[in-house]
Amino acid sequence: MLSINNIEVVFDGTILVLKGVTLAAHEGKITALLGANGAGKTTTLKAISGLLAAERGAVTAGSIELDGTRLDRMAPHDIVAGGVAQVFEGRRVFDGLSVEENLLVGAHTRTNLTRIRASMEEVFSYFPILKERRGQAAGYLSGGEQQMLVIGRALMSDPQVILFDEPSLGLAPLIVENIFRIIGRLRDEGKHTILLVEQNAALALAIADHAYVMETGRIALEGPAAELRQNPEIRESYLGLNDAGARRSYRDVKRNRRRQRWLA
Amino acid sequence: MSEFDLQFTLLLVTSGLMIGMMYALIALGFVLVYKATDAINFAQGEFVMLAGLMAAVSIDTSLPFIVAVLIAIAGMIAFCFGLERVVLRQLLGRPIIAVVMATIGLAALIRGASTLSFGPGVRALPLPVSDDPLFLGPIMLPPVQMVGAGVSLVFLLGFTWFFLKTRMGVAMQAVASNQTVAMGMGINVQRYFALAWALTGIVSALGGVIWGAMLGVDNQLPLVGLKVFPVVILGGLDSVIGAVVGGLIIGVVEALAAGYFDPLVGGGTKDFVPYLLMIIVLMVRPYGLFGKRKIQRI
Ligand SMILES: Nc1ncnc2c1ncn2[C@@H]1O[C@H](COP(=O)(O)OP(=O)(O)OP(=O)(O)O)[C@@H](O)[C@H]1O
Ligand SMILES: [Mg+2]
Repeated sequence: MLSINNIEVVFDGTILVLKGVTLAAHEGKITALLGANGAGKTTTLKAISGLLAAERGAVTAGSIELDGTRLDRMAPHDIVAGGVAQVFEGRRVFDGLSVEENLLVGAHTRTNLTRIRASMEEVFSYFPILKERRGQAAGYLSGGEQQMLVIGRALMSDPQVILFDEPSLGLAPLIVENIFRIIGRLRDEGKHTILLVEQNAALALAIADHAYVMETGRIALEGPAAELRQNPEIRESYLGLNDAGARRSYRDVKRNRRRQRWLA
Repeated sequence: MSEFDLQFTLLLVTSGLMIGMMYALIALGFVLVYKATDAINFAQGEFVMLAGLMAAVSIDTSLPFIVAVLIAIAGMIAFCFGLERVVLRQLLGRPIIAVVMATIGLAALIRGASTLSFGPGVRALPLPVSDDPLFLGPIMLPPVQMVGAGVSLVFLLGFTWFFLKTRMGVAMQAVASNQTVAMGMGINVQRYFALAWALTGIVSALGGVIWGAMLGVDNQLPLVGLKVFPVVILGGLDSVIGAVVGGLIIGVVEALAAGYFDPLVGGGTKDFVPYLLMIIVLMVRPYGLFGKRKIQRI
């Protein structure tokens, strides 16, 4: 179990971004982390994977544990070796490297070449298109292929926990569907612990087992995904549904959100 | 073209290629550090001089040549390692100009300190090869140049292999491509920075020995490092292959300028023609011949 216990994150010694976040993600489950822009979702993931220091940020209170082992204050490469992989926001492939080289870099913390080959075959079985493109420079892949590649690259470290940061962002519906199907398979077949950050709440709640909603550095709401799907507040602000269940225009949702923020 | 003209051109081109190979070696040190750590090292020429000095002083104390070379290599690795640890690591995440200024300051420091401690005189750094030129058909080849070009070629090939074919080399490329993401893949980025600097140390040591052997070691030797700029601008700041091709082109252009223009204008063209070429390249192809255009899909 991955657990975050009341952490605070501060950037540059002064900017308090996470103000006491607590959450848990369980093995074989998808835990969704929802929230508007700037709520602190990515920051939460970076806190787990130890990447805050590179941006002059730090966990200043609380703890992060994976099955009892403290992750906070571990170096990022030790966290990866310890079984946590992150799929970055915005499909950040290594442009100049080939698909295969990208995958190999994903396996950087491992040494057994036979097992690495096996992992690569597994990745190719999830994403056959990557096998076809294996020799091609990653920079020339389509957006959907790049998203598949960064997911595959994360799998190459043979992780126990996978952190996804907005895997649906900017992709066509059909590709999103495909990617979410794979995320589901990773939970069911791979028994991975999955923490899924999404702005597309409908999509995330449809697949997740449990969900948290963040607002300005705090957890505002949590519960089983099935429950949150029915929660009127969520339906209103995140799913864009009013009580009649009709989908409203995006502009209305935005206006509503803005109003909520003013009221808060 | 008469027989003589042809031979003359051939001579200039071969000599240019050999010198170019040696430029490429030094440029590699520069590109390595730039690629891996984004630092622009204005002290590359001083590194070369420092290494030359280490080797020359060792030889003066009558150590065998090979030992002197090993001392230079070990010394430069230690020096670059220390530099990364003590100075450059503190500058991580600061604006690039901070690193630039630090290396400019370092360059002055190395030049000053070495003149202070070893005097301004020229030290010879003789290679253990004969001075008699070799003749390849009509072409005359000075052995010092041949050894220099050969050593450079071997190291450049070896490094290219390391960079492209080994897991460590590919990881280094990943670090060069995106540090944060590389970190997220479990790469100990700090260690790869150190590796890049250590490799630069080796390159500088070899460069120091071969350039020191050609020109003698004194505080003019760092000028060789200035040639790195036209070379890397031509080839692309972040391209290893570019460093090689850029080096060869600059070497040949320089030799041809020296052979054909210098007699007409009384000399000196070889010193500015590379920079002229650099400015032209900057205007028409700012990322160099092989530099990254940043792959961009539209
Ligand atoms: N390196 C940093 N220095 C200072 N502030 C930062 C830094 N990184 C993030 N922040 C701030 O922290 C807040 C949360 O950012 P974060 O990237 O975690 O949001 P997010 O929930 O992932 O948003 P999005 O959905 O837009 O990706 C924002 O207000 C942002 O400006
Ligand atoms: Mg984010």
